[in-house]
Amino acid sequence: MIKNFLVAWREALRWDMRFYAWAGFLLLIIAAGINSYIDQMNRGLIVTAMRDQVSWGFYIANFTFLVGVAAAAVLLVIPAYIYNFKPIKEIVLFGELLAITAITMCIMFIMVDLGQPLKVWHIMPFIGTMNFPSSLLAWDVIVLNGYLLINTVIAFYTLRGLSVGREYKMSVIAPLIILSIPWAVSIHTVTAFLYNGLSSRPFWNASILAPRFLASAFCSGPALMIILFQLIRRLSRVEIEDRAIFKIAELIAYAMGINLFLLGAEVFKEFYSGSIHSTPMRYLYFGLHGHNRLVPWIWTATAMNITAFFLFLMPKTREKPVTLNAACILMITGIYIEKGMGLVIPGFVPDTLGEIYEYSPSASEIMITLGIWAAGALLYSLLVRFAVPIYTGRLRFSSSKHQ
Amino acid sequence: MNRRDFLQNAALGLAGIALSADRSDASFWDAFFQKHFREMDENEIKNVIVRIEKEYREKFGKDITVGNEKPLPGVLFGYGLDLSRCIGCRRCVYACVEENNQSIDPQIHWITVLRFKKGDKWVDLENSEKYYDPPKVPEKEHFYMPVQCQQCENPPCVRACPTQATWKDKDGIVVIDYNWCIGCRYCMAACPYGARRFNWAEPKRPAERINTKTHYLGNRPRYRGVVEKCTFCIQRTRNGRYPACVEACPVGARKFGNLLDPQSEIRYAIEHKRVFRLKEDLNTNPKFYYFFAYGR
Repeated sequence: MIKNFLVAWREALRWDMRFYAWAGFLLLIIAAGINSYIDQMNRGLIVTAMRDQVSWGFYIANFTFLVGVAAAAVLLVIPAYIYNFKPIKEIVLFGELLAITAITMCIMFIMVDLGQPLKVWHIMPFIGTMNFPSSLLAWDVIVLNGYLLINTVIAFYTLRGLSVGREYKMSVIAPLIILSIPWAVSIHTVTAFLYNGLSSRPFWNASILAPRFLASAFCSGPALMIILFQLIRRLSRVEIEDRAIFKIAELIAYAMGINLFLLGAEVFKEFYSGSIHSTPMRYLYFGLHGHNRLVPWIWTATAMNITAFFLFLMPKTREKPVTLNAACILMITGIYIEKGMGLVIPGFVPDTLGEIYEYSPSASEIMITLGIWAAGALLYSLLVRFAVPIYTGRLRFSSSKHQ
Repeated sequence: MNRRDFLQNAALGLAGIALSADRSDASFWDAFFQKHFREMDENEIKNVIVRIEKEYREKFGKDITVGNEKPLPGVLFGYGLDLSRCIGCRRCVYACVEENNQSIDPQIHWITVLRFKKGDKWVDLENSEKYYDPPKVPEKEHFYMPVQCQQCENPPCVRACPTQATWKDKDGIVVIDYNWCIGCRYCMAACPYGARRFNWAEPKRPAERINTKTHYLGNRPRYRGVVEKCTFCIQRTRNGRYPACVEACPVGARKFGNLLDPQSEIRYAIEHKRVFRLKEDLNTNPKFYYFFAYGR
């Protein structure tokens, strides 16, 4: 089996101009990112724009967005396995590979945010002194790593079954798939609770936070998948039915509908009651005492989300490639702003002593972030190239153990 | 042999292959595998302190003693601050910096003095000014409120810390093991009082300005990438002295004592003045009491 695994990797890395040009391009960005990270290691997090007032920034914003992307893989799993909707079932593997990639990127974003990355073992269960169950960050370590493990096992078990031309045993995989559904919900819920549980930060300390996290994740994650599926379909022999893509697009419309409703509920409560706890939201949408760096961003995001919602909602636009892809890009960008910087920064503005420190990421933060995104793109490309020959049946191993 | 010792030996073995085994490498790995402060026995703590003192000697070229005084029995520290006296001079801020070896560059202060305009809304702190710089204090139209770690009985930072690197000791002081903190800054997000400071860069302080009398959980020189904060001058108060800020205050606005001792200054203040605590709605239950001794 190890031999087959290596053969499959050799197949994945086979010469292909287009792929190697892509990989080379990504490696250049990764190298620039590593270069910036080495500088950050040498000089400390002072190279970022984060300070005591805004102690989390772009890294944690990206982390939060990507947890949502990872969680959204479940949206494919539910119709695929529970309702046996065949067109989606056939492509759920690529969703799981995306979840693996997104979680790996999440872990990288946390690592570059740590002041003492070498001491990260202190947070591990058994070897460190994990503050469980008290710290939500400890919960996050458990659910994220667990999710990574579950998706890795499901994806590679499926691929192994396919590689020997055998339908995988449902009795083995079904419990894991069932488990992966609440687990996907849990990773984004726990990540929301991480912010939600802090009474010091009224912007996050709203019960609506976790439901909004889930609703928005179920928009951005599947939108990203629709784009990726079309790319996979175009660049390989994998057949992905339009029906599957349109179904996903329809589900996005419902998720965005819920997300917009929840946003409306939040906006009403904050602005109608108008207590001092609405200050961060005023900063986000209208600016505060002349400080309004986030204002154009959040309104852009809002416009994008609403436009995308209608494009996904109407069958005519969601089933036309141009408008579908436009909707996906608007949705991904809108949620990236809203659930990234738009979520993290207002938590710190004004800070707990009333100071306003306007944050925007430094060049180092942007370079390191680009490096991690490039690493994620490379990892996903490799995983897909590994999976495609097995998935299409081009690569088959004899199932006999003696050969 | 427990699991961590096993891992330690395994990694030391690998390190031995990868690196030449001179003494500085050994020290690096000793530091890397140092256990959590509360999981070490007395002997292990002693060895760690010897190593850390040696590191400081190499870094600053002078002897720095790292103490390990335990909480005193029957003591729960409490702090009182008389807002009617405070003139906003910030002498407490700088006395604290000198006592507790904060970084000069980048500048770190454990005490923040907020200035408010008289008559303005002030309890939500949004109209506070922390960078005020008049030629002379106090200013007629303003009043001042110093804020530092409130040593909560129910500290949100301790709950948040994913590695238990910060905890509340028996005498009520919330302390940090600077060698265990991983620098995730979740505690800073959790603290409602802006009390926690992060070492964004290597803390810099000239050797001649180092206070050499230190405590492991208090004012010993810190590292880059870890969080620090006020400890009620643990190195002083566990030896029966006042915190530096109490001694420095020129108007006697700062009171300090044992909450369990009915004769203490702080108990007098609580029983005879109208005290309040910052952000009481959050139920953090601070042991830092503000009051107005007289009106003016």
